[in-house]
Amino acid sequence: MNEWLPILVTIMGAATPLIFAGLGELVAEKAGVLNLGLEGMMLIGAVTAFAVSSDSGSLVAGTAAGALAGVAAAALFGVLTLHCLANPMATGLALALFGVGLSAFVGRDYVSRVLEGVKPVELLPGLPPMDLFILGSLLLFGAVHGFLYHTRAGLVLRAVGESPTTAHALGYPVRLIRWGAILFGGAGAGLAGAFLAVDYTPMWVEGLTAGRGWIALALVVFATWKPWRVLAGAYLFGGVTILQFHGQALGLAIPPQFMGMLPYLATIIVLAVMSRRSLAIRANAPASLGQVWHPVF
Amino acid sequence: MWRLEARPAPSRRARWLAPLAALALTIVLGALLFAALGQPPGRALAVFFLRPLQNGYGVGEWLLKATPLMLCGLGLALGFRANVWNIGAEGQLILGAVAAGGLAIAFEGSDSALLLPAMMVAGILGGMAWAAIPALLRTSCQTNEILTSLMLAYVAPLLLAWLVNGPWRDPDGFNFPQSIQFGEAALLTPLFDGTRLTAIFPLALGLALAAWLFQHHSYLGFQMNVAGHSAAAARYAGFSADRTVWMALLIGGGCAGLAGFAEVAGPLGQLLPNVSPGYGFAAIVVAFVGRLHPVGVVLASLLMSLLYLGGEAAQMELDLPAAITGLFQGALLFALLACDTFVNYRLRWRRQS
Repeated sequence: MNEWLPILVTIMGAATPLIFAGLGELVAEKAGVLNLGLEGMMLIGAVTAFAVSSDSGSLVAGTAAGALAGVAAAALFGVLTLHCLANPMATGLALALFGVGLSAFVGRDYVSRVLEGVKPVELLPGLPPMDLFILGSLLLFGAVHGFLYHTRAGLVLRAVGESPTTAHALGYPVRLIRWGAILFGGAGAGLAGAFLAVDYTPMWVEGLTAGRGWIALALVVFATWKPWRVLAGAYLFGGVTILQFHGQALGLAIPPQFMGMLPYLATIIVLAVMSRRSLAIRANAPASLGQVWHPVF
Repeated sequence: MWRLEARPAPSRRARWLAPLAALALTIVLGALLFAALGQPPGRALAVFFLRPLQNGYGVGEWLLKATPLMLCGLGLALGFRANVWNIGAEGQLILGAVAAGGLAIAFEGSDSALLLPAMMVAGILGGMAWAAIPALLRTSCQTNEILTSLMLAYVAPLLLAWLVNGPWRDPDGFNFPQSIQFGEAALLTPLFDGTRLTAIFPLALGLALAAWLFQHHSYLGFQMNVAGHSAAAARYAGFSADRTVWMALLIGGGCAGLAGFAEVAGPLGQLLPNVSPGYGFAAIVVAFVGRLHPVGVVLASLLMSLLYLGGEAAQMELDLPAAITGLFQGALLFALLACDTFVNYRLRWRRQS
């Protein structure tokens, strides 16, 4: 047991950004919003969190700033897709590309700095100290699950994702609800980036997120839009990510570049296997996902 | 109050005016950014957009950098029109470079006139092979090609990094992760003295013409267009959806692979860990700004290429990070998406009732 615990903790650490970003995107997609800009929002959140932490010396302020930066990036997506009625697919791609450019630009002065990282906190005597971000990701899972399936507001949000026209006819503020879902997704992505920048690495390099935003997007499909499967999937990917470090420690003579490919290849394989059950995907996908919706009156 | 009202039919005029409006908006945003950074906006914009084109060498560099963007953009635009979202052109470009470069390394010291054409074919096939993976997964397992092609764009640089760190590393290269310098027979000769522009640029222009003929005057191109507008209509007409996916991805991959060949056999002359500064991703912007039309793609690639040169000029003369290029590219696409609202909608004044 005791020798497995550190491995479990590292897996949870690797899974945490995927949980934050994946749950945020899940809520957005449940409301019918497909935001492909996850990677960009994560990078903007990460660079903001690192810059603010580094300049102010406060990791809390940095983390909050990271989440807010994710929200601001998501707001850009919201204005374009909900008010300018832009193609959500193209807007998401634009956000992903813009996030890469913006974070590289802002982060140039921070490249060689290092932060202390977040110290694990002892919550209960007898249990190992726990990273607050990891704890936060578990709490977020509970909150998202409870909200979506055990509150009236969650039901309304899912109704908007299934049929915005019907929800609109019933008098629900479709655009407002989608705004909320988009901003929540931005906060999740921003937090995921903040975790990477101030706790997991903790430093800033260009392209810090290394495709985790796209993996989180795949995770939501893989999870067939169910929160607990996002959690399970994130731990699976966390395990694959950790494999590359432990593979070397175990003396496997595999070049590090090949081990580095593992998370991406695993994503492709899992997606391919999942997609063969296209019925499960079609039955669970929010019906209005990624469609432009415009209230006529 | 002002309200958006759907147009009965998309406005053709707005469709072509939107990129120009977006460019104007980007320049305004750029001026604001420069002002915020403490640079006089007028001078900074002049450095960014005009300085790179002051001499013949600069113009050569401009067209040289536009070439991979044009090639990738043409292929992507063809796919996007057919509703096939290949966003992994970066990976396909790298595989093209790997395939072409591998041939140059294998036939080191050869002076055969066939080496260069063989490298070109290898590059195209390399890009096609990388694009064939998402095509196969989409047609056999219904896997979303956005995510698979993008994941492969993360795998490709790792493969290249392994090659130049391992089996293909130059033994006399002081342990730098790079391959040998290619021989004379494996290099494209510059078109004009004093520039690095190669014959791939006119070839790309020719391919733009071919893409236009394919899109507008071929039965297969018509089928792909129909599939893009309405999958159900294409199915009803009996057009094969699988063939559309395969064609879109193979053409996109082949074009990107050709761009990879053009880079290693042209300005680079060897395999390096970074064969592309993100041309494959920038080509997504090129395709959209070019309205998914070959002529538009040619113009958009020239504009995007200028943004790369402008970033370098801003770094040298204004001491700003070259990453400002990415900022401009993203802003351009955002501005275009905002301006595109007026293609399908118009603003109407309506009194509050």
